[in-house]
Amino acid sequence: MSESPKLPLLKVNGLHVYYGAIHAIKGISLEVNEGEIVTLIGANGAGKSTTLNTIAGLLKPRQGTVAFGGMPVGGTGASKMVYKGLSLCPEGRRIFQQMTVKENLEMGSFSRPKDELESSMAQVYGFFPRLKEREKQIAGTLSGGEQQMLAMGRALMSKPRLMMLDEPSMGLAPILVEQIFEIIREMNRAGTTILLVEQNAQMALSIANRAYVMETGRITMEGNARELMNDDNVRKAYLGS
Amino acid sequence: MIFLSNLVNGISLGSIYAIIALGYTMVYGIAKMLNFAHGDVIMVGAYIIFCGAQYWGLPAPVAVLLAMLVCTVLGMTIEKLAYKPLRQATGLAVLITAIGMSYLLQNTALLIWGANPKVFPSPFSTDALHLFGGELVIKPETLITILANVVIMIALSLFISRTKMGKAMRCVSEDRGAAELMGINVNRTISVTFAIGSALAAIAGLLLCSSYPMLQPTTGSMPGIKAFTAAVFGGIGSIPGAMLGGVLLGIIEILGKAYISTELGDAIVFAVLIVVLLVRPTGLLGKPVREKV
Ligand SMILES: Nc1ncnc2c1ncn2[C@@H]1O[C@H](COP(=O)(O)OP(=O)(O)O)[C@@H](O)[C@H]1O
Ligand SMILES: [Mg+2]
Repeated sequence: MSESPKLPLLKVNGLHVYYGAIHAIKGISLEVNEGEIVTLIGANGAGKSTTLNTIAGLLKPRQGTVAFGGMPVGGTGASKMVYKGLSLCPEGRRIFQQMTVKENLEMGSFSRPKDELESSMAQVYGFFPRLKEREKQIAGTLSGGEQQMLAMGRALMSKPRLMMLDEPSMGLAPILVEQIFEIIREMNRAGTTILLVEQNAQMALSIANRAYVMETGRITMEGNARELMNDDNVRKAYLGS
Repeated sequence: MIFLSNLVNGISLGSIYAIIALGYTMVYGIAKMLNFAHGDVIMVGAYIIFCGAQYWGLPAPVAVLLAMLVCTVLGMTIEKLAYKPLRQATGLAVLITAIGMSYLLQNTALLIWGANPKVFPSPFSTDALHLFGGELVIKPETLITILANVVIMIALSLFISRTKMGKAMRCVSEDRGAAELMGINVNRTISVTFAIGSALAAIAGLLLCSSYPMLQPTTGSMPGIKAFTAAVFGGIGSIPGAMLGGVLLGIIEILGKAYISTELGDAIVFAVLIVVLLVRPTGLLGKPVREKV
């Protein structure tokens, strides 16, 4: 009896993305398997956000393919991707500042049937009890850490199979960063596959199964997260030692 | 008593501005563009009501519903054909397109209905209200206009705050990209916004021409500009702002004409706008612009 090879949940192949004449992504390929935490690390401007935004459908690739759950999704608009089970927690959080915490979470479940709202909300409040306390507060008045929690909670409300997080640690105090990463790990244990973009390579590599290193639009290294953490080049370039 | 009468007329005229201003402010808030053809949709609505009642023998309420339907389709068509292809274009290109669309509607109306003003029959046939022993006379259209404004404001506020589409509109207005990530269809949301604004324009056409019964192809133009002013005055993008700005503008215009100068009435309106914008650049109820980090 031959076992069919397991398809990756997300498969990106030979992706090229341009901003006008700027060639931002120069043919990258990557895979994320069901249940994994995969991280994409690299310096500022390497093209990490562009990669995630393209996978999420906010940007159109000029070349290359994206397959999600075994189906090609190239050119599918962002608003349709979330119905397929892919959710992006974008760089800079981008919560709805003028809405309350609760309304933000409700919008997160826009793509889901109404009768799921209660249970999804309870799940999010389980991960982020702080949000429950602030339920009625206008989101724009939350602290940076709370806004990040809200952005993650909102992304979780769509019950994604794959959640992509773009620099969740940005601008947060070290203690909050630890907390956020612990929650990412918990969300993964609860069944959500994670693709994590980070500049904080140390933290990202410590929770990830596998990692890709990006430099100026290309993937220059990939492999087991633990091994990359001990790689001399990675240590010099990203871990400051 | 004359003052009171002027005040009531001001509120009534302002209510018309407010209903038109809603169309400007919602489209600006959600699609981030100024739809300068909005005033001319009012004129089209008024002509449909006029023709329905005068030529096609429709009862007034049916003529009004027909006008709302025609305007809704017109607004959505304008958006789809003229504005949607320009979604990635510069603001200036969109603005020029909107001005062109305004002239297209006026000239088409000229072609169909001619330049001669039509006398618009008021569909409100009840008697005027006599108060204070007959000293204060309020015409039925005045009262109905004010009531219509209140009802529309309440309905629209509930729609925006309670319904799924209303919430989607608020999301698109705040952050189009983030709204898409939630699964909101931005194009459809913008289309619905145009539909609502244009249906309201038909109602504004009815109310405007009931109080000021001269109907010609340029009828929507000046009220459109003033309602746009009202929207900016109240804080463009803000629904309560459109209400407040519209009503205040109407009162200022009528009182200015009554007590300062009939000829300068419109100039006074714009002078007040300029002063308000100098003091509060985002308008009375506009949100202060936050720097994006
Ligand atoms: N909207 C944009 N227009 C033009 N160039 C952009 C835009 N966004 C990003 N870039 C460029 O694309 C490259 C990759 O950016 P980005 O994906 O944001 O990098 P990262 O997320 O790794 O910091 C950078 O050189 C950046 O300057
Ligand atoms: Mg980035």
